[in-house]
Amino acid sequence: MLERIQSERTQPDRTMIEIRDVTRSYGAFKALDNASLSIREGEFFSLLGPSGCGKTTLLRMIAGFDTPTSGSIAVDGQPMDGIPANRRPTNMVFQSYAIFPHLNVEQNVAYGLRRLRLDAGEEKRRVEEALAQVSLTGLGKRRATELSGGQRQRVALARALVMRPKVLLLDEPLSALDKKLREQMQVELRRLQQAVGITFVLVTHDQYEALAMSDRIAVMFGGRIAQVASPKEIYQRPVNRQVADFLGGMNFVKAEIVEENGASLVLDTLGFGRVKTDKPKAFVRNGGNATLGIRPERLRVLWDNATAKFEVAGKVVERHYFGEITHLIVEIPGLEKPLSVTETNDFGADDIPVGTSIRLGYDPEALVAMAD
Amino acid sequence: MTAIRRFLPGWLSSYAVLYLLFLYLPVIFLPIFSINTAATPKFPLSGVTLHWYEDLPRTPALIDATWNSLIVGVSAAILSTVLGILAARSITRYRYPGRRPINGLIMAPLVLPEVIVAISMLLVMLQLGLSLSLFTVVLGHVLVCIPYSMTVLTSGFEGFDRSLEEASADLGESAFGTFRRVTLPMVAPAIISSLLVCFTISLDEFIIAFFLTGTEATLPIYIWGQLRFAAKLPGVLALGTLLLFASFLLMTVAEILRRRAARRTQNEGGLYA
Repeated sequence: MLERIQSERTQPDRTMIEIRDVTRSYGAFKALDNASLSIREGEFFSLLGPSGCGKTTLLRMIAGFDTPTSGSIAVDGQPMDGIPANRRPTNMVFQSYAIFPHLNVEQNVAYGLRRLRLDAGEEKRRVEEALAQVSLTGLGKRRATELSGGQRQRVALARALVMRPKVLLLDEPLSALDKKLREQMQVELRRLQQAVGITFVLVTHDQYEALAMSDRIAVMFGGRIAQVASPKEIYQRPVNRQVADFLGGMNFVKAEIVEENGASLVLDTLGFGRVKTDKPKAFVRNGGNATLGIRPERLRVLWDNATAKFEVAGKVVERHYFGEITHLIVEIPGLEKPLSVTETNDFGADDIPVGTSIRLGYDPEALVAMAD
Repeated sequence: MTAIRRFLPGWLSSYAVLYLLFLYLPVIFLPIFSINTAATPKFPLSGVTLHWYEDLPRTPALIDATWNSLIVGVSAAILSTVLGILAARSITRYRYPGRRPINGLIMAPLVLPEVIVAISMLLVMLQLGLSLSLFTVVLGHVLVCIPYSMTVLTSGFEGFDRSLEEASADLGESAFGTFRRVTLPMVAPAIISSLLVCFTISLDEFIIAFFLTGTEATLPIYIWGQLRFAAKLPGVLALGTLLLFASFLLMTVAEILRRRAARRTQNEGGLYA
C-alpha cells in the first residue's frame, strides 16, 4: 500500500528498465544468476549488497560495458541487445569519477555534447546549466587536477546530466568521500534526482546510503536478488536473516511455528514467549522452525516502575558507549544469545552498571518472522 | 662491528666516486681532446682550439653520413614507436594467455649479442633477396629499438585508468573518437619520449648498421672509417663529442616526458584528492 502511494507521488507507474532473467557467468562462476527486475521511470533505485554480489556487474550491463550471458535488458522499452555503450540512452558516474585529466571542467562537461553538434551558444548554455545544477558555477576554467574529491564528483555528475539521459547510473559515487561530505552529498543527490526527474540507479554497499536516498532498493547476495522493496519495508520486513543482517543490527531468536495461516504466524519462543506476527509475503516455511527478529533500537529500557504491555527481563552483561547512543548487551534467561539493545543517552543508559537487572519493553509490531 | 659501521659510510662514498669515475672518465676525455691543437691525444694539451669543429661541416662524406643517420633514425623511431604502441597497449590493456612470454620475446633483443642479431638479420635479408641499403638498416634498428620503445610506452600506458575510455564511450564517443580525444592526448608525452629514445639509439648504433648497410655509411660507420687515419682522430673526437651531447640531451628530454606521461595516466581520482 505504502509503495503504491509513493510511486503515485513521483511518477506514473511506467517501466524504464526491464531486466529479464539475466545471467552473467565467467566460466563456472556466476556473477549474476537469473536476475529479474523492473525499475520505474523517475525512480531513485539502489542496488545494495556486499562486494562480489553482482550489483556492479548488473549496472555495467545496463550501461553496455558488459553483456549478459543469457537474458535481456530493455531501457525505455528498447531492447539493449547488441547496442554498444556509446549508443545507449544511459550515462554513468564512475566510482573513480573518470574525469579527463587533460581537459578543464568545462571541456569535461561538454565532452559528450561535441558529437551532438549543437551551435556554440546552445552548447555553452547547456554546460552552464549542468554546472549550476551541481553548484559548480564559475569553476568551468579550472583544471581537472585542481579539484577536490567532492568537486570531481560534481563534475562527473554534470558531465552525465548534461547529456539528458533517460537513466543515470551511479557506481558507488560517494565511497571515496569522507563521512561528512558523503552525508551532505546523499541529501544533494536525492534533491537533484527529484529536480531533474531522471531515473537514477545507484550501486552501493552502504546500507545507510541506500536507505537514505532510494525510492526502492534491491538487496543482492551472491549474484541473486534477495529482496526488492522500499527502504522502510526492507529495513523493517527483511525476507531473510541475510538481508536483515546486512541492513544493520538485528537480534535473532529461535522460534517454533505453532500456527500458520494466510496472513499471520504464531510462534513459540523461549525469551519472548508466544507471539503472533504478520506473515511476510515471501515466507516459505522450512520445517517446523523459524527465526524471530527484532532490531536493537526497537527494544527500550524500562526505568524504575515503568511498565510496558510487552516486556522481557534480563541482566546487562556489556555496555558500549557511542556518543549519542549506548549499546547494551542484555542476557535473557532462556535465550541462547544475549540481546543487543541500543538506547539513546538522554535517560542515562550510558550509566547503567554492568550486572544490573533490567526490563526491556517492545512493540510486538517490531517483531519480524523470517523463514529458517 | 661498530668500527666497521663507522668506516662503512666513508668506504661506500669513495666506492661510489670511483665507480662513477670509471664510468665517465673515458667519456670526459672525448671533449677534452677534441679541443686540443695537437692531433695526438696526449696530456698535457698543447693548446686550445675549435678548429676541429670548424672543419666538420666542410667534410662532404660527413654531411652524407649525417643525412643517412637522420633518415635511418627518424624512420626507425617512427616504425618502432608505432609497433611499440600496439604491443604496449595490448600488454597493458588485455589479459590473455601467453601475454608474459610474448612480452619476454619482444624484450629479448635487449640481451641478445648484437653481432649475432646482425649476422642473422644479414642472412635473412640476403635470403629474401633484399639488397643492402639504408632500408635494411632501418629494419635492423627497429628490431633493437622496440624493446626500448616498449619499456617507455608500457610505463606510460600502465595504470591508464580504463574507466576514462569507458567514460568516453558512455558519453557517446566511438572507439576511434575515444582513442583520438582521450587515449592519444594522455599518452602523447610517452609517445614523444619513445620517438626520442629510438632515434637516439639508432643514431648511436654501430654493429647492425655496419652489417646491414650497403655503400651508404651512417655516422658511427663514418667514424669507424676515419679511425684508420691518425690525422683524422681530432675530427672524430669533435664529432663524437657532438653526438654525445646530442644523445644526452635527447635522452634527458625523453625521460622527462616519460615521467610526465606516467604521472598523467594515473587517474587522480577522489581517492587521492
